[in-house]
Amino acid sequence: MRISTIMICFVICGSVNAAEPQLPERVKVKDFENDKGEKLRLLWGAAAIEDDEKEAALKSGKSVPKTSGRKPASTIKEPKKDRSHKPDQPYFKYVIERKSILLKPEPDPNRDDFDPEAPLIALREFEVVAEVEGNKQEFVDKELDRKHNYVYRIKLKLPNGTISDPSQTASATPVLQWVDQSKLYFGLFMLVVCGSVVYFIEAAKAGKTLKIRKIAGLEAIEEAVGRATEMGRDCLFIPGIQDINDIQTVAGITVLSRVAELTAEYDAGLDVPTTRSLVMTVARETVDGAYTAAGRPDLYNPDNIYYVTDEQFGFVAAVTGKMVREKPAACFYMGAFYAESLIFAETANTVGAIQIAGTAMPSQLPFFVAACDYVLIGEEFFAASAYLSGEPQQLGSLKGQDVGKFIAGLFLILGAVLMTVSQFVHRGESGEKTGDLQNVISFITESLLGT
Amino acid sequence: MLKRTIPLIIASIVGIVLILAKFSHPIQSWETEVVMWFDILAVFAFVLGAGNLNLNNLKKISERKAGWGYAAITLLAFWITLICGIGKLGVPPNEKYLAYAWSGSYEAEGSAFWWIFNYVYVPLAATMFATLAFYISSAAFRAFRANNVEASLLLLTALLVLVAQTSSGPMLTDQIPEESAWAIFKIDTIRGTLVNLFNTLGTRAIMIGIALGVVSTSLKVLMGVDQSYLGGD
Amino acid sequence: MDKFWNSLADLDRRWLFALTFLAISIPLLTGIVLPQKVTPMVENVFNAIDELPSGTKILMPLDYDPSAEGELQPMADAFLRHAAQKNHKIYFMTIWPTGVAMIQRQVATLKKEYPEYVYGEDYVNLGYRPGYEGVIKLITSDLPKLYGADQQGTPVAKIPMMADIDNIKQFPLIVNVSAGDPGLKQWVQYAATPFDSIEIVGGTTGVQASTLYPYIPNQMIGMIAGIKPAAEYEKLMFEKYPEIEKRPNSNMANVFMTSQEVAHFMLIGIIILGNLVMWQTSGRRDQS
Repeated sequence: MRISTIMICFVICGSVNAAEPQLPERVKVKDFENDKGEKLRLLWGAAAIEDDEKEAALKSGKSVPKTSGRKPASTIKEPKKDRSHKPDQPYFKYVIERKSILLKPEPDPNRDDFDPEAPLIALREFEVVAEVEGNKQEFVDKELDRKHNYVYRIKLKLPNGTISDPSQTASATPVLQWVDQSKLYFGLFMLVVCGSVVYFIEAAKAGKTLKIRKIAGLEAIEEAVGRATEMGRDCLFIPGIQDINDIQTVAGITVLSRVAELTAEYDAGLDVPTTRSLVMTVARETVDGAYTAAGRPDLYNPDNIYYVTDEQFGFVAAVTGKMVREKPAACFYMGAFYAESLIFAETANTVGAIQIAGTAMPSQLPFFVAACDYVLIGEEFFAASAYLSGEPQQLGSLKGQDVGKFIAGLFLILGAVLMTVSQFVHRGESGEKTGDLQNVISFITESLLGT
Repeated sequence: MLKRTIPLIIASIVGIVLILAKFSHPIQSWETEVVMWFDILAVFAFVLGAGNLNLNNLKKISERKAGWGYAAITLLAFWITLICGIGKLGVPPNEKYLAYAWSGSYEAEGSAFWWIFNYVYVPLAATMFATLAFYISSAAFRAFRANNVEASLLLLTALLVLVAQTSSGPMLTDQIPEESAWAIFKIDTIRGTLVNLFNTLGTRAIMIGIALGVVSTSLKVLMGVDQSYLGGD
Repeated sequence: MDKFWNSLADLDRRWLFALTFLAISIPLLTGIVLPQKVTPMVENVFNAIDELPSGTKILMPLDYDPSAEGELQPMADAFLRHAAQKNHKIYFMTIWPTGVAMIQRQVATLKKEYPEYVYGEDYVNLGYRPGYEGVIKLITSDLPKLYGADQQGTPVAKIPMMADIDNIKQFPLIVNVSAGDPGLKQWVQYAATPFDSIEIVGGTTGVQASTLYPYIPNQMIGMIAGIKPAAEYEKLMFEKYPEIEKRPNSNMANVFMTSQEVAHFMLIGIIILGNLVMWQTSGRRDQS
């Protein structure tokens, strides 16, 4: 049964929607920003008019008219699913209908009469794509095809099931965005941080002197290798339990390179068990290179760098067993570790080994701190390679990191201050925070940080 | 050239393309493709690993090195498991293809591999993980010492969290009313503050440092500044 | 007295190991269950599953191995029973090769306790796919591309409950149980955070908790980290669905919690003892 539009008046419970349901006069559809051409944004009512005003203002170069505190349509994200019960929900819904029109059919070599410029064919009937609550003025249609033009119209649906005549139609075609502009600021930060790392590397290469603070854990490496040499026992090096695609394993291998140079110089034994055969291959190349660099290629024995098993606790059993039997004098744990960290460290402690650990696994740091002699925490671990090599270009990368840290610190302070001040700012009638400060916070969280 | 330059070029190109993929929709899927390539490489790595495992342990046995008995057990376990898995020993046929004895999955219930997994591997792995509880007690006895102010604070925090993580611990302060000014001393509240505030703050700071360290290390690898992982400076 | 403190200072750690063994095993054997006080986070996790309409599609990746089973199985069981009680559609998968066996256990529990659950209509086992977090990234855009068939090799086209599954966005809730990386952290980062329509709750080991707290509540509703919250979850479940409590092994977290309770107090005792030893022996060393 059909009912005429704008004809029905209702007494509506609830404050927000205390008005008669009306079909929107203005319906607008536009491409969804920064997607890969599979979404369209449908706006109606006040939201569509507001969007028109904004577009007109932008075209004429005027400032965007101020709104009633509502987020601009382009920044509205789909709300998280709200499971709370809302007794004052509007009692009517908008029914959104869509039909698609194929713009350019796929080229068919079997068809001689194929005309790529042939306009709008493959018409279809309107079909319902969604029903949205009456207090909404926006709908994002997803999983669309760039080869189609989509036509939309809206109807009203009342609780008794009656549906109104359709609204005017609006159409658009999704467009592929090659560059995701929503990540523009993220890209900018990345460029600043990466750029500063590259800049300081180049500056160091050019002769700029760079200072780095002493890191006790790295200073102790030589002492540990020296001790192992004096005691006539091996050094045990574990480059974590992850594969070579983990950046921590790469960082661990770079430390292994320096440790291997020292063991070659001191003529101490080096034992490197691995959980991944790719890590074993890389570690062999690294140690081979380090022994050659130290002028002792004759001491290099590939059998001392070996694969045990991919299985975490199988590896733990093998390595701790070896620790107990062979009693290494120095143990180095450099890489990604999990539950095995404490088992390694406590076992090595029982055999009296000096232990140096480095990891970027925050959950394992407490175990290493409790049981090892020295621990490289997070970024110290990544700085180890540069620190041990002493090469200016490597030290330059550390300086570049500091720029990133400065930016992060700046945002932390700015965020904390703004959020604190905003707590004292006057709230609007409906309880939402208003004002320029709130706009600044929204800009930082939504545009700069992309949340 | 083959050992240094080409790997460096591959690392740089793939790294840069993957960075760009973050900002461009059409090449976003390349990241997944690269992950797949790594998986293919990792499959071959299993062959490499198995070969090395056999070679190393056979060498130990033939040279009668210390602990060669362990090497023999390792090899025995490896081959038995491999034969049971590849040979599908005891695997019941798939319900759809009952005529074909090998149509079932190698890990189907009742198969030899399934038996090894459930009755050898599972208890062994669980046992090794469980040893952690014993090491925690010995580390707690040795490491949690109130040597100075910082260590004392650490000790106090550890004790509070330990108490709060029990069922009866929070009941010790149940008598304090929620509305009173003393409610901040309720064990649950203290735990909440320690975990959600101090722990989160510390973890975030460490994570920011780690993220920057990862950026720096990755750039060094991409730019070829640090080549030690390729066997040289 | 000096001799006593000196002997404690040089205490053989095997005594501590023996004490730990007793502190854990005796309560376990007695089967005593202690009362639990439910924390808000556990309540949020419970509500996330409970308030979904019956028949909601839930993705349940089980990313752990037998070594973490002791800590994670009780919470995985609780999630499963709760979801089944609500008649949700359950999609099992794992990005850990050892997770396959963990799923098999869940499927066995489902068959035994919920015989009305039909494979392919109410639950499906998608099994393991290699690729670590790459799997998560891929299924956010195209699930059938990676999961052409289920664990038994049945094409997904022939599985009724897979008919309308194109990608992960069709799951309003992800319930992940994981023992490490890749696991809950990656599911939060790559699945729940980028898509507003997807919520996530998780279960993980106590030791992983500290690294996951920063994601709550903006990126994750909440998590069950360790045995204590798992015991609280069981309590909530028994209160709302008392019939579950009668099932065998349905209160494992509560049983384990008693052991953990005693072990925690033992640890507190050990730490205090360690400090007493230090103060007694260091004082004498200073005098000498």
